[in-house]
Amino acid sequence: MSDFLNPAIEVDTFDGADLLTVDNLTVDFPTADGVVRAVRGVSYRLRPGEVLGIVGESGSGKSVSSMAVMGLLPRTAQIKGSIKFRGEELLGLSEVEMMSVRGKKIAMIFQDPMTSLNPVYKIGFQLEEAVLAHNDIPKAEARKRALELLNIVGIPFPDKRVDQFPHEFSGGMRQRVVIAIAMANNPDIIIADEPTTALDVTVQAQVLEALRAAQRETGAAMVLITHDLGVVAGQADRVLVMYAGKPVEIGSVDDIYYNPRMPYTLGLLGSLPRLDSSRTDRLTPIQGAPPSLLNLPPGCPFTPRCPMAQPVCSEREPDLLPVGAGHDSACHFSGQLTDKHAEDVFSATAVDAQIPAEFGADVQPPADSTTIVESAS
Amino acid sequence: MFAFTIRRLLASIPVLFFSTLLVFLLVASSVDPLEPLRAKNPPVPHQTLVALGTRLGLYHPLLQRYWDWLTGLVLHGNWGTPVQPGYHIAARLSSSFLVTFRLVIFSIFCSLALAIAVGVFSAVRQYSKMDYVATSIGFLFLSLPTFWFAALLKAWAIQFNSAVSPDHALIDTIGEASPNPPSGFFPQLGDAFGHLLLPTITLSLISYASWSRFQRASMLEVLNSDYIRLARAKGLSRRRVLFRHALRNALMPLTTQVALDTAALLGGAVITETVFEWHGMGYMFLQAVGNYDLFPLLAWLIVAALLVIVFNLIADLLYAVLDPRIRLA
Amino acid sequence: MPDTVTQQAASPTPAAAEREFTVKVRTQREIVFRRYLEHRAAVVSSVVLLLLILVAFFGPLFWHTPFTLMTNDIEVGPSTAHPFGTDSNGFDLFSQVLHGTQRSLEIAVSVSLVSTVFGAIYGAAAGFYRGWIDTIMMRFADLVLTLPALVFAIIITDKASPTVAGQWYFLAAILAALFWPSCARVVRAQVLSLREKEFVEAARALGANDRRIIFRHILPNTLGSIFVIATLTVAGTVLVETALSFLGFGIKPPDTSLGLLVESGKTAIQDGYPWLFYIPGIFIVLIVLTINFIGDGLRDAFDPQQTRVRA
Repeated sequence: MSDFLNPAIEVDTFDGADLLTVDNLTVDFPTADGVVRAVRGVSYRLRPGEVLGIVGESGSGKSVSSMAVMGLLPRTAQIKGSIKFRGEELLGLSEVEMMSVRGKKIAMIFQDPMTSLNPVYKIGFQLEEAVLAHNDIPKAEARKRALELLNIVGIPFPDKRVDQFPHEFSGGMRQRVVIAIAMANNPDIIIADEPTTALDVTVQAQVLEALRAAQRETGAAMVLITHDLGVVAGQADRVLVMYAGKPVEIGSVDDIYYNPRMPYTLGLLGSLPRLDSSRTDRLTPIQGAPPSLLNLPPGCPFTPRCPMAQPVCSEREPDLLPVGAGHDSACHFSGQLTDKHAEDVFSATAVDAQIPAEFGADVQPPADSTTIVESAS
Repeated sequence: MFAFTIRRLLASIPVLFFSTLLVFLLVASSVDPLEPLRAKNPPVPHQTLVALGTRLGLYHPLLQRYWDWLTGLVLHGNWGTPVQPGYHIAARLSSSFLVTFRLVIFSIFCSLALAIAVGVFSAVRQYSKMDYVATSIGFLFLSLPTFWFAALLKAWAIQFNSAVSPDHALIDTIGEASPNPPSGFFPQLGDAFGHLLLPTITLSLISYASWSRFQRASMLEVLNSDYIRLARAKGLSRRRVLFRHALRNALMPLTTQVALDTAALLGGAVITETVFEWHGMGYMFLQAVGNYDLFPLLAWLIVAALLVIVFNLIADLLYAVLDPRIRLA
Repeated sequence: MPDTVTQQAASPTPAAAEREFTVKVRTQREIVFRRYLEHRAAVVSSVVLLLLILVAFFGPLFWHTPFTLMTNDIEVGPSTAHPFGTDSNGFDLFSQVLHGTQRSLEIAVSVSLVSTVFGAIYGAAAGFYRGWIDTIMMRFADLVLTLPALVFAIIITDKASPTVAGQWYFLAAILAALFWPSCARVVRAQVLSLREKEFVEAARALGANDRRIIFRHILPNTLGSIFVIATLTVAGTVLVETALSFLGFGIKPPDTSLGLLVESGKTAIQDGYPWLFYIPGIFIVLIVLTINFIGDGLRDAFDPQQTRVRA
């Protein structure tokens, strides 16, 4: 690690305690059709060096809550609640004050690498710019740092690449440059908003490796936002599951994967194909679509899609309550979900789901089918 | 970059060639220099007409006339034969061009500077009162007929002059320079500027309106892009993000638009020069049309076509300078 | 893994499924119309323009003084008999302005119709077939674009035979011939990007032929731009036609145009009859302004972006 940035002697008055405390964060967007309540009360804590995975479908509010942390939401957004970084409140800070936080204390990586970099400036320039914005050092030093960063994230031939333009890089390489920019000033937190979603699976591995390298080098805590449970399993320490703007379950990775206590989490896990499942196992997807955040009906927002729904679910939205050590869940019936698997709660929905898969092709169609098929047995 | 320039230059030549062909065909078939003479009273003797027609090459087929004219121009620098005696095409062309050129360049400069400033401001302060006012004013200017506005300014200036200083015009309304220009470089410059004032206002207002709208839209699109979001996430100052990142990208489409609008600007210059009685390209054009003078007209049109092509070339080059992705094209 | 074949796990009830769609569903046409109505300036302009058209086309039927009548009131200011006053020949300006408006609109709408339809088909064909067809077609269109419209209109109208020269349809034809390339360009650009979209590929996979793809799938998606271009062309044509008439190359007497009226009134302010200059000009501005706002409203209605000001 370079020695002109962040000398080792930095008095850390918050060692061990929470780096980031988000408390009941709500974000509303007024639109022509009404108020969109994108985030409806998110709370979590992040400790130094910890990786928190935030999981959810599109529209669950996971990106919006992270943009709120960075102060990058549009002016029309109405933000309430509290976001504290090292005990200092971030909401309400002036733009100038936020400028010294962004890129230096908290850095962010965005989803689409093809559009994240300015097409008219060289990579080296954009890296140096990130460094020079927060450090008063000569240009030559910044350039050295840029080369160093490209090395860390695994860009081959950095001395040639540094003078190239973004359009000369592939998607995966661009994302690694974005990661390099994020780690340039050794931030305390790196927020990665769906860093691998726009990339092929093989490239994903490279980018995740670069993320790991970034974390190793900077010692930063990370918030990893994704809808891909596979990515989260490999990287995160704790997981927060979001649905319709609110967290519905939070716990350690093991808790979430091995002992989920909210039907949505179960459903998510059941939708995931596994290499170690038998050939005859079927996926059990969650039917339906996420609700509109414009006119959210009362009660639990997951009710229309939940196989366990009861009348109380449409009346009262469940609170996020502890179901184990460091493990919270928002479901009226979380107690019924101990030791349950996805297929216990959800059903397979394929047309031929009624047919046991062992029988293969020559099989009787279901009794209520309108087509008459001669079985070849 | 150099190769790109050469490629573009070479590509312009066939365009120029076909442009001259089209222009010649259109004009030579519509304009008959003998027409006013035929209508004269007492009638011009037939032999004189035939002699003049032969001199002008009017009895040859159209395509041959084109070829003769083109080769004459390119190889010998011969602009053709004017109908009027004592009319020297090249000299007239260059003096007219210089007069119009300073008007057009000055107008482009003013409207561009204003358009970029207002466009950026409107985009940054989107939906604010100032944005609303600027956009409405822009719409108004877009809807103004150039000739009416020019005449309006002229009339107001005349009234202003007679009210404020009756013996000597404060604001010059006629001509590109005073009939008896003051001696010395700076007094002459001042005189020229005084005469430039009203025509420039007229000509620049309408292109300003169109360009500022364009710039605003372009700026807004850029401001909503991912790389601007990343620039802000880096912790860069608002000013740096705005000028170094946003504006730099937002200017690119405007350059093409400005180039495309030059053809329209020439037309606007014709009107403006007529109202303010300038002796520039507009005047030369109308005179040639009025006199059915074929060759000066052709010469004029070639220069106009050349201007448009040159401006397009400059726009292409400028775009390549600004956008590294284009240089490979 | 349960070994029963059928597993009747609880599925969502119909009532619960209803709750998913909590936003009202609207048709495409409704959406566009509704968005247009949100644009205040466009709505006001539509009303104003409609009134203008009605008065200009039907007014002369009821007005007591035809525009060609030289009355005895010379250079009279606005009065009850002559709301816009009269000029040095005794012509009633109100009548003249109405007729001029009529003429300008007739020309502008015809030009817009012809050039937009032709330009759209031309551009769609070029964009759809691409390759050398596209190159040749667009090179020709570009060539026409390098001709300054005003300049060429002047040349051609001036040199046409006198019987045709002053007629409005001749002028309209020339202007249409000069304006179609810009429409072709825009439509071509849109078609180029649309034809790469997956729904075209899907249509082809279902066996649709070229004609069906162009007319059923691609063109409907360009309709928005075409309407906008058509509207803005009307505005642009009014400006060019009045400019031509001002310079003496457009509409000629005894027919009248707003441009001609401005020309004859250009010294009117100094001479003391300002209404002769202001009124025709204001009418031109009014027509063009309302059409511009309508065009903006249409653009917003078909393709809303954050870049528009809510005028």
